[in-house]
Amino acid sequence: MKGRKPVRALRLGLLAAVLLVVPFADHNNAHVDFLANAGAFVLLALGLNIVVGFAGLLDLGYAAFFAIGSYSYAIFASQQFGLHVPFWIMLFVAAAIAALFGILLGAPTLRLRGDYLAIVTLGFGEIVPQTFLNLAQYTNGPNGIGSLDQPSLFGRPFGFSATPYYYVVLGLIALGIVAARNLQHSRLGRAWMAIREDELAARHMGINATTAKLSAFALGAAFSGVAGVAYAAKLDLVSPDQFGFNVSVLILSMLVLGGMGNVAGVIVGSLVLSFVNSFLLPQASNIAHTAGFTYLDFTNYRFMLYGVILVGMMLLRPAGLLPSAKRRAELEAALTDPALAAHEQTEYEGAHAR
Amino acid sequence: MRAPEPAFFELRNVRCAFGGLVAVDDLSFALEQNSIVALIGPNGAGKSTVFNLITGIYRATSGTVSFGGRSLAKLGTHQIAALGIARTFQNIRLFAFMSALDNVMTGRHARMQASLADSLLHTPRQRREERRVRERARELLRFVGLERSAGDDAHNLSYGSQRRLEIARALASSPTLLLLDEPAAGMNPREKDDLIALVERIRASGVTIVLVEHDMKLVMGLCERVTVLDQGRKIAEGTPAHVRADPRVIEAYLGASDP
Amino acid sequence: MDVFLQQVVNGLSLGAIYALIALGYTMVYGVVELINFAHGDVYTLGSFFSLAILAALGVSGELHGAALLGVVVVTVLAAMLLCGIVGVLIERLAYRRLRNAPRLAPLITAIGMSFILENVMQLWRGPSPVPFPPVIPNPGVTLGGVTVTTKEGLAIVLALGLMVALQLFIANSKLGKAMRATAQDREAAQLMGINVNTTIAATFLIGSALAGAAGFVSGVYYGTTWFFNGFQAGLKAFTAAVLGGIGNIAGAMLGGFSIGLIEAIATQYIPAGAQWSNVVVFSVLVLVLIFRPSGLLGEALPDKV
Repeated sequence: MKGRKPVRALRLGLLAAVLLVVPFADHNNAHVDFLANAGAFVLLALGLNIVVGFAGLLDLGYAAFFAIGSYSYAIFASQQFGLHVPFWIMLFVAAAIAALFGILLGAPTLRLRGDYLAIVTLGFGEIVPQTFLNLAQYTNGPNGIGSLDQPSLFGRPFGFSATPYYYVVLGLIALGIVAARNLQHSRLGRAWMAIREDELAARHMGINATTAKLSAFALGAAFSGVAGVAYAAKLDLVSPDQFGFNVSVLILSMLVLGGMGNVAGVIVGSLVLSFVNSFLLPQASNIAHTAGFTYLDFTNYRFMLYGVILVGMMLLRPAGLLPSAKRRAELEAALTDPALAAHEQTEYEGAHAR
Repeated sequence: MRAPEPAFFELRNVRCAFGGLVAVDDLSFALEQNSIVALIGPNGAGKSTVFNLITGIYRATSGTVSFGGRSLAKLGTHQIAALGIARTFQNIRLFAFMSALDNVMTGRHARMQASLADSLLHTPRQRREERRVRERARELLRFVGLERSAGDDAHNLSYGSQRRLEIARALASSPTLLLLDEPAAGMNPREKDDLIALVERIRASGVTIVLVEHDMKLVMGLCERVTVLDQGRKIAEGTPAHVRADPRVIEAYLGASDP
Repeated sequence: MDVFLQQVVNGLSLGAIYALIALGYTMVYGVVELINFAHGDVYTLGSFFSLAILAALGVSGELHGAALLGVVVVTVLAAMLLCGIVGVLIERLAYRRLRNAPRLAPLITAIGMSFILENVMQLWRGPSPVPFPPVIPNPGVTLGGVTVTTKEGLAIVLALGLMVALQLFIANSKLGKAMRATAQDREAAQLMGINVNTTIAATFLIGSALAGAAGFVSGVYYGTTWFFNGFQAGLKAFTAAVLGGIGNIAGAMLGGFSIGLIEAIATQYIPAGAQWSNVVVFSVLVLVLIFRPSGLLGEALPDKV
């Protein structure tokens, strides 16, 4: 075990070095731009993974917290209300605001059974962008809020290059990975796992299931709020159509593809899907166009792809491409051994129903 | 003159009904600290229901459950666990896809201090605590004879090992009252002998134990007192020898498959 | 007052559509405890099937008398049959394998199915709303100041008729009894000699067929259909099912009509109501789930997650 530590550190250092020099080595701004955007989605996937992967709570309205983070920045750092809170402070403020909304949503609903909770979060995910749309006198309705403040570091504004955003997002991801891993291997992370496996037994261990689930909701939302600030500042615009159910399902697909509960898997899953969305589908369409199939535009069918990922992965490889060993055993055992899953369910029912 | 000391643990006139079905009726018993007692009775007598009443899964329709003089009526299951009451389950309820070590460490949850911030940042305090708890969990695994299975997922352990792991997990919270729900179910005679020795060692460490068990040999060998339930009511109480001779007990068990 | 009554009529016809969709949610949930997320899209598929059938029959405008009746009956029945088949296929291909998986796996699969169906419909009929031929003549009956158009009447009558038929079927037929038994306790039903697979397939067949009927009604009612309709209609119908008490057939009808009324009245009386009507409906969902998760007519269910 000890002998492997330096190897691991070396590999990590190498990866970090590569990631740091990308903007210098690759002068194509579009590539850096892509990486910065994809990075925001890595952050989102890391956050949703805390809720779905660690705590086992299916959140179908996760994009709402992304919206809340983005709109926080638009409201507190633009001409809209003449407020100009610095970007760096807004990262914390938006995390706090999103976490607060996570708690507000979670507190009354976390008692619900898992599938009902999923639908309630979906409803929340619909209501939030709709509210931003409808409150037009504050948010400009469908036009959204533009001309957001440019972040600056040591007095130097970011400008319109994607490179500074790339570094910001990279730094946030590094922090996010450390946070996610720390949580996973801690008292709280074990409590989440225990709740996911058997909530009733978990409560017998002295675990306050409500607080633990609320923490997952709040932490997941905080990640989303931070991602929202970075994304909004980079795009220089927020509008209500950026945060629909599609976005929530996209992030969920990233998790399902990479492997729920697995930090590395989730990162790979989100990068793969971002790459497919931004490069592969447009490229495929171009090829089809030049080949004479002018009516073919694959980018219109990206949602089909999410659907196929969700169904296909659940049926064929429920633990994802890079599953964590534990989640894999857990998810696949249920596919092959109905008795195990059925056993768990009926027991829980028994404990409540009698 | 001192006020009488409250009983270590006491059920007083507890009734528990679900709709029209009365599962436990007017049940009273008290436990002395560091005693070891059995709760027996034919299937469906309400034994597991009593455990569920104690740990707050069910609420008494009337009557009181108190621990160290304190009523448990308004406490949630996790709060009751934190007071020092731990249990095992009739149908094993381990965290099947967590390692044996993680199962036991999870059992320590209520006694751990790490806050959300500690968990997020892995503060030195958190790391010290984790190390201590892991060490203690290993000790407990050794105590129940599972030190070599620390890294195995709970669902991969043999049935008897799972029963012992549940006991280790329950002990992790340093309980003062331990509720064992049919700990010997499915065990072979050798495993049962080991179990008896284990329970005696736990008791020797100062823990009060309540046992729901069908195996009379085990009950008679371990327990000082026995309470017999039938159809939710207490029909006899006393030493094993006394209870065994009680005609009402014999009658309740007549025709029961597993006396 | 007339305005209010008119909104009640609108709400009831809207509610008839929601009720028909809600029945499918409630039946499937009752039997396999799955929120069949793709159900709303089966409903949209119903209106696209109806379009295709009308085109095949050569119908493009208003019809009267026996011709109207005949076309409506043929179209509804064919749409119901096709949607029923789609529902059974989805169950067979996707959900059946996951029947014993952790509960979130089938739900995630159902969401994926919904996305796939939506995109298939988009491929088939394009991304824009498609007009629906005005089969039903416009004038209706005016009572006092309230007008009930023929299509509103059709929506309500058809929905009520199908619901009564469903109630009778479930109460009296052998298959209906098998459904109730399976909903109560799948294992026990199996031991009693009930073929659980067939029963579950039948549940999907009937639920999806009702959604197909709703698809026809909504096409006629709105005069247009769109590949993405099923998402919101599905959520509202699910809300209706929860409001009525999930697993409860009569509850789904009650919930459907209630949601229709709530939507119609919110649209009329809340300032800028149309913008907020979705928010109102979802708020109803959240409030019901928090304060009365068993719904108006349902029994309390134990948590199994």
